[in-house]
Amino acid sequence: MPIVVSAENLTKRYGDLVAVDGINFSVEQGECFGFLGPNGAGKTTTIKMIQCVSPKTSGKLEVLGMDVDLYPKEIKRNLGVVPQENNLDPDFTVYENLMVYSRYFSIPKNEAKERIEKLLRFMQLEEKRDAIIERLSGGMKRRLILARALLNEPKILILDEPTVGLDPQARHLIWDRIRSLKKEGVTTILTTHYMEEASQLCDRLVIMDYGKILVEGRPEDLVREQIGTSILETKANPEVLSCLQKMKQEFEIVGDTIHIFTDSPSI
Amino acid sequence: MASYLKFPKVSNWAWKVWMRDWNVFMKTYRVNFILPFLEPILYLLALGFGLGGFVGPIDGIPYAVFLAPGLISISIMNSAFFECTYGSYVRMYYQKTFDAIIATPLNLDEVIAGEIFWGATRSFINASFMLIVVIAFGLVSLPMALIIIPFSFIAGLLFSALAMCFTSISPNINALNYPIFLLITPMFLFSGTFFPISALPQPIQYASFATLPLVHVVEISRALTLGRWSDLLPLNLIWIIIVSFLLFVISINLMKRRLIA
Repeated sequence: MPIVVSAENLTKRYGDLVAVDGINFSVEQGECFGFLGPNGAGKTTTIKMIQCVSPKTSGKLEVLGMDVDLYPKEIKRNLGVVPQENNLDPDFTVYENLMVYSRYFSIPKNEAKERIEKLLRFMQLEEKRDAIIERLSGGMKRRLILARALLNEPKILILDEPTVGLDPQARHLIWDRIRSLKKEGVTTILTTHYMEEASQLCDRLVIMDYGKILVEGRPEDLVREQIGTSILETKANPEVLSCLQKMKQEFEIVGDTIHIFTDSPSI
Repeated sequence: MASYLKFPKVSNWAWKVWMRDWNVFMKTYRVNFILPFLEPILYLLALGFGLGGFVGPIDGIPYAVFLAPGLISISIMNSAFFECTYGSYVRMYYQKTFDAIIATPLNLDEVIAGEIFWGATRSFINASFMLIVVIAFGLVSLPMALIIIPFSFIAGLLFSALAMCFTSISPNINALNYPIFLLITPMFLFSGTFFPISALPQPIQYASFATLPLVHVVEISRALTLGRWSDLLPLNLIWIIIVSFLLFVISINLMKRRLIA
């Protein structure tokens, strides 16, 4: 499969802070590629550089074969973006939001009307077309943002924490829509804190922290290699701790419980 | 310093941002059009005819006639300045409208340019409506006064670009009170709006000419409504155009520093 995004030694500095520290990765056409990691790991900064919104400090970054510094307009024409923070236009209704947004891509009006009808149906928002944004639930807002990201029929869909703060039902609906887009061949780049979300959607992912890529692989492989299939949870007390240290077993202390990573939880 | 004078990359796509603001404006057009009608009527009644009854003619001109171009100039200043301070700040910070737009083929330069042109359009709209009122009161000389209509857009650019500079450096929305109290209010009072600048001590006159943008706008507006040409007018206009252009470039660079470092 052709490469649609490739980064070599990609770096972003804000003054003394190194937000993204010389990372390398490439995204193939048609796959769903994930960035997993905690807040402040550099995921969103990386996404913003791919989006041609935040200029890189150094390194090489090409999207759809074009340099991000040289061809931002051409690249952005082919991207659909679901940002982390909702930024729907509160001055407009659902329908108007899509209509006004379609103008930013210079989509002819009649074409835009057709696409909007299709997208409202696809996102199950037909009944809300004349609602003002304030009145929408969190899940509806996310769906509308996803509809908005699809207006220009993007080659690459960028999802920055697409389901953060949603209830399980709303989240599953979004996941379902993303999967059906993938079937249509849309390349997807996703950031998330949730391993569950990454394993549901991603073909391949990288785990980031402190601006660096720690590991890369398929979700199931990463789980097997890095964590083990099971987590045993127990109260933290000194005896258990010393026993685990003696056994050289991998574990993590969270508050006053211990998480023990293992493939054979039955001792 | 040189980095603030970097020439912005603005294409005609900026009009899409202007169009967005226009669409929002037209959703509440009734309120938006009543104000520019009402405001000059209230001021003219209170100051022009009420207070004006106690004030003698200025340079042989009745006070209401003297005041009318001052009111139009104030309206040009206020509509652009408030649009590109509070209006733009809300769109930038609270609504994240700029973030949403720069995810499309538009860049930030075009977004800010569109906002500044929209601010100038507010000046144009308000000044045009006020002109109708002062014509109805018979306070201006026609047809020269009609030049105020295109002029209000140029003068509007001056104040919307100035406003955008403050918007780009304000740490929060309340900080916008500083330029309003420290710059807009003195301009409102000391730019030859309610009394001629020549009434002020000479050093203050010079300071006003050099630093208060509204002075130049009032000079031109008054010449137009009175139908009196002065040789200084081209200088006033050149001052407005040069300063507007500089502020336009600086405000875009400041905004880039704030939003996409």
